[in-house]
Amino acid sequence: MATFSVTRPSKSRVLTAVMALYLVYTLVPLVWLVINATKTQPALFSSSGLAFGGPFALFDNIGQTFTYDGGIFFRWLGNTVLYVVVGAGGATILATAAGYGLAKYRFPGRRAVFAVVLGAVAVPGTALAVPTFLLFSKLGLTNTPLSVIIPSLISPFGLYLIWVYAADAIPDELLEAARIDGAGEIRIFLTVTLRQLVPGIVTVALFTMVQTWNNYFLPLIMLSEPKWYPLTVGLNQWSAQANGAGARPIFNLVLTGSLLTIIPLVIAFLLMQRFWQSGLSAGSVKQ
Amino acid sequence: MSRIRSRAKAFAAVALAAALAVGCSSGSPSGPAAATGSQDSVDAALKAGGTITYWSWTPSAKDQVAAFEKEYPNVKVNYVNAGTNKEEYTKLQNAIKAGTGGPDVVQIEYYALPQFALTDSLVNLDQYGFGAFEKDFSASTWSSVRVNNGTYGLPQDSGPMALFYNKEVFDKNGIAVPKTWDEYLAAAKKLHAADPTKYITSDTGDPGFALSMIWQAGGRPFSADGRNVKINLADAGTKKWTSTWDQLIQGKLLAPIKEWSDDWFRALGDGTISTLVTGAWMPGNFKSSVPGGAGKWAVAPMPTYDGQPVTAENGGSTQSVLKQSGNPALAAAFVRWLNHGNGVKPFIESGGFPATTADLTSPAFVDEAVPYFGGQKINQVLTQASKDVAKGWTYLPYQTYANSVFSDTVGKAYLNGTGLDAGLTAWQQALVDYGNQQGFTVSAG
Repeated sequence: MATFSVTRPSKSRVLTAVMALYLVYTLVPLVWLVINATKTQPALFSSSGLAFGGPFALFDNIGQTFTYDGGIFFRWLGNTVLYVVVGAGGATILATAAGYGLAKYRFPGRRAVFAVVLGAVAVPGTALAVPTFLLFSKLGLTNTPLSVIIPSLISPFGLYLIWVYAADAIPDELLEAARIDGAGEIRIFLTVTLRQLVPGIVTVALFTMVQTWNNYFLPLIMLSEPKWYPLTVGLNQWSAQANGAGARPIFNLVLTGSLLTIIPLVIAFLLMQRFWQSGLSAGSVKQ
Repeated sequence: MSRIRSRAKAFAAVALAAALAVGCSSGSPSGPAAATGSQDSVDAALKAGGTITYWSWTPSAKDQVAAFEKEYPNVKVNYVNAGTNKEEYTKLQNAIKAGTGGPDVVQIEYYALPQFALTDSLVNLDQYGFGAFEKDFSASTWSSVRVNNGTYGLPQDSGPMALFYNKEVFDKNGIAVPKTWDEYLAAAKKLHAADPTKYITSDTGDPGFALSMIWQAGGRPFSADGRNVKINLADAGTKKWTSTWDQLIQGKLLAPIKEWSDDWFRALGDGTISTLVTGAWMPGNFKSSVPGGAGKWAVAPMPTYDGQPVTAENGGSTQSVLKQSGNPALAAAFVRWLNHGNGVKPFIESGGFPATTADLTSPAFVDEAVPYFGGQKINQVLTQASKDVAKGWTYLPYQTYANSVFSDTVGKAYLNGTGLDAGLTAWQQALVDYGNQQGFTVSAG
């Protein structure tokens, strides 16, 4: 296995050390989370954070997480999945269609669209939350799933990514060949383009998925009833129970819930990383 | 999580700014209340029945709603836990600004009440004759729900401050219960010198605590008359507190543990933190969340500057009726039941500290020997504290914003030991600037 010395003839100790540090920095919170999800609430307060302590309560904690407050964790999980499937899925489809269109068609106003998209990438979602809330309130959509899903459908960054990717990955000659063969634009998009774009689409899907899965601020503003909360807002509400007069801390359930919440994301990354890797190397080799 | 929180905080500030701006342009706040009305319309609404929505995070809220619906089967209360304090205020502020989407009845802490009352968002309950309840509540909580000569809620709980201390740690290190702040300082030094793992208390810069301490020391930094606001965070009382507390900060005698974190609960249980100067609602938290401290903790009056008993309020909430409510009379009926009726009992049973004089003086409450505190009759100390609350305190009409920027200014004094007075001066400047931007006329000093 000595073939990978082509680009890197000597190993750098400094780089290795930096990478090791970075690895520790990345993994410690995860290790902490796994360890502490196995503890009971009293053991959390009596044992060190990075060591096991008290009875092994992971399965008991999972059971409690699922049943606490009438099993509302499942409801939150379902809400999150709904927001991710419809919101992130829709965002990916829209970004793909629009990004391809902008990359491969010439039409008036294209430069203006370019400016708007770049501008939109620069505006943090947080700054738009209040205006969006007021707008949705006028439409009577606040405190409904739509108020979370509709804003999630827009992903300027995803659009930009597909745009750049499509410009590189799809040769104009290919499209011209298809046109000469008599294919319509829609058919070209569905049968020729989409296949070429798969790595880009998966990348955008991952980004929007993670973004929607972790989205905290928008649902916090839009939703007032816990029955529509996604996991992020719900778990934070559990955490806030430890605060102030009459506090009822349930840190053990917050931790276990957080652990359960990241599992689907980890699985998604493991399944899709192959596509993602090939997506990241796009344009690195001259064809 | 903390990044998310601080973003939410920043947002809350922005939302508040916008809401206040709207409030300003829509005219001046309602003037002094006219003659008080009667409770007849409230009784009638209760008889007619209907549906109301109630936002609260009180642990007893669920039980209270169930008990209310059982007593009045023709009223349906839609209970929503819309988040704990700041989160709820953010949502409330948004709903008020949008003109729709708010609840009928909402829980608001005393410090945040003036801001909602002054932006004309709450019903003045004097129109239903609730002004007549004054004699039934402790003086400090009643003055907390009075804004501009109107009654904007009924007090749910109160938090007169007392000294909670770990008797075991005190005895082991030969420390007597401090009666004055000088003795408290001496105890802090002695304890930490004897056992460097132990601290007299923890404080990482909490605006609610700081203001309560200023309140007790005689400081009155805020006053408001309509839209004219005065801020003086350098008055004699405030300086009395800072000169004491600075010694604890600069001597590194405070445990660097954030309130309400898991570390904090742990430190209360294992003696790392040996006293808490906090509101009378704390015993319920000890019982439910600090099992390791059972039998070790005791309660004494809050230390003072001259040995004369005086204390302040820390925390406490009220329930108010929103102007948006489609059925304000029924909402008022629910508020009356919650805090001036059968709703008080389940609240006290859940560990809350009452605001009603009948409960504060009932022998069953006052003479209860509490096993967690080694059988001490702690309510004797706490009810006395509720009588010793210093008078004349006012919060800012934009206190939630003020609290959200406390750590950016005064927080530096805690981090760098640069002195509380400098931090308070910076806070004052931020509050004057912000208030003027929001259409108040704010003067300093």
